[in-house]
Amino acid sequence: MRSKRDHTFVFWLFLSPVIFAFLMVVVVPFVLGIYYSFTDWSSSPRDGAGVQFVGFLNYAKSFADPTFLYSFCITALYTIVNMAVVNVVAFALALFVTSRIPGRNFFRAGFFVPNLIGGLILGYIWQFIFNSAIPNLGALLGIKAWSDPANLLLAKSVPALFAIVIAGTWQYAGYIMMIYVAAIENVPIELHEAAQIDGAGPLRRLFAITLPMASQAFTITLFLTLVNSFKQFDVNISLTSGGPSTMFMGKAIYGTELLAMNIYNAAFVSNDLAMGQARAVIFFVVLAVIATIQVGANKKKEIEL
Amino acid sequence: MRTLRNNNYPLGLLTAALFAIFIFPFYIVLINSAKGAFQITDKPLALPSDWSVLFTNVAKIWTSANIQYQSSFISSVIITAASLVLINFLSAQAAWVLVRSKTRTSGVVFLIFVAAMVIPFQIVMFPLLSWFRGIADVTGIKLLRSYWGILLAYVGFGMSQSIFMFHGFIKSIPLELEEAAYIDGCSRPGIFYRIISPILKPIHATVLVLNGIWIWNDYLLPLLILGKGNKIMTIPLAISNFAGAYVKQWDLIMTAILMAMVPVIIFFLIAQKSIIKGMVAGSIK
Repeated sequence: MRSKRDHTFVFWLFLSPVIFAFLMVVVVPFVLGIYYSFTDWSSSPRDGAGVQFVGFLNYAKSFADPTFLYSFCITALYTIVNMAVVNVVAFALALFVTSRIPGRNFFRAGFFVPNLIGGLILGYIWQFIFNSAIPNLGALLGIKAWSDPANLLLAKSVPALFAIVIAGTWQYAGYIMMIYVAAIENVPIELHEAAQIDGAGPLRRLFAITLPMASQAFTITLFLTLVNSFKQFDVNISLTSGGPSTMFMGKAIYGTELLAMNIYNAAFVSNDLAMGQARAVIFFVVLAVIATIQVGANKKKEIEL
Repeated sequence: MRTLRNNNYPLGLLTAALFAIFIFPFYIVLINSAKGAFQITDKPLALPSDWSVLFTNVAKIWTSANIQYQSSFISSVIITAASLVLINFLSAQAAWVLVRSKTRTSGVVFLIFVAAMVIPFQIVMFPLLSWFRGIADVTGIKLLRSYWGILLAYVGFGMSQSIFMFHGFIKSIPLELEEAAYIDGCSRPGIFYRIISPILKPIHATVLVLNGIWIWNDYLLPLLILGKGNKIMTIPLAISNFAGAYVKQWDLIMTAILMAMVPVIIFFLIAQKSIIKGMVAGSIK
């Protein structure tokens, strides 16, 4: 009996610090956040009047706001393109650095390094590359399309979105590559040997052995790239700051303002905290639903060893 | 695709070409950190005519009142190191009692922690600020614009995944080890600190790397909790203030970026193996 009470005491003693932190920064703000999204919560409360309940007004207004709808569309576009590009590049790199090439450990490390640089800093680097280095290279090589200021990648909204994909891929592909490398190296060499004896070429072995055997890795990499792309904020801020402007539903708006940035701007730039909060709730729900569907769909395709 | 043949040189060349593209941005930062304002706009791709400019630029950033490199660097180190110590220490002991206690409460607590991993920062960030402000109004404890607030936030947001990883590792440690110590009269906390903690070293390294890279590079959370124009600034905050204020001073921006990257790259070169292992282990979980 004594030992049992002792057990319970140590249980709560060891758990209490993390439970405290968890309540303080996750649970309380989460609950408050859901509540605030249904109110007229603002950063400058009027005297006397507290926070008023307004029902679904913030949600209705969000879905009627062109900037939010536009952000939704381009975030979807960005997420799809970025997932595809990052994973294709990462898988190709993984195939290369697991082949018989000299210096593959060196290459692995090199492809991985950009992942250590924060999104904010690398956005500035790429801003310089797109605005200065590429036009200069075009001038040196005599390629008009690159050197013409009107053709700058960051000058139009859709190309600028692809610029974020390039910077995002540079940052993330090396990391995803490492996960594929682990998966590819886990494929028993006997499978390849047996297939080779049966006359299967490299391409056939890629599709018949490597890809199916790596299916578990795909669940993880697709999940990671999905969440990472959907939440993109840092590179967005430093590379394009949401610009250039574009027309949508008859209104001039930011052309590359992804959802995370739209939420931030709604709250702090337009000074409407409740609106920003409602969008954050929508953001959370959409992300949770898509991620659940993706993991479920991928799990079905996994093969058991 | 491992083939049984010898080195594949054409593929090696292709990989080397891709490697060059991946390294190109680093090269751009390096060469342009050694240029003056005029040369950088005129010839962004040329090698610098005088490498000593690099030292002049570094000295400028080092002492610049606009970027506050030294104090930002120190703050970044304090925030990252203190958060890591707290996250590792607290998550490990929490994970241990969660594994070793077979009660219903323990299962539910663990499940809630794991479920919280899917909560994006965006949904809690605005209420977090007003909640911290409210605490300051009532109790006088300053959590915004202070080290305490940001440490608490990093522990709160970092603990779920860390506990999850420790949990997985501790499950594989045989219970007999602890029972033997218990019979010998070791107290329960004693069992954890003397018997279990030393075994946890490899998983501690993984958790350190994973959280370290996140916290060191994080921008949004410090921006909200520390705010702009605060005495306490992290390196990403300092860089964004500087790059925002000096929109076209690319020579100094590049130098500042170089100085932000060098510590991380040195750290990577020293601990390359455990970093890569840790990052991959963290993803596969």
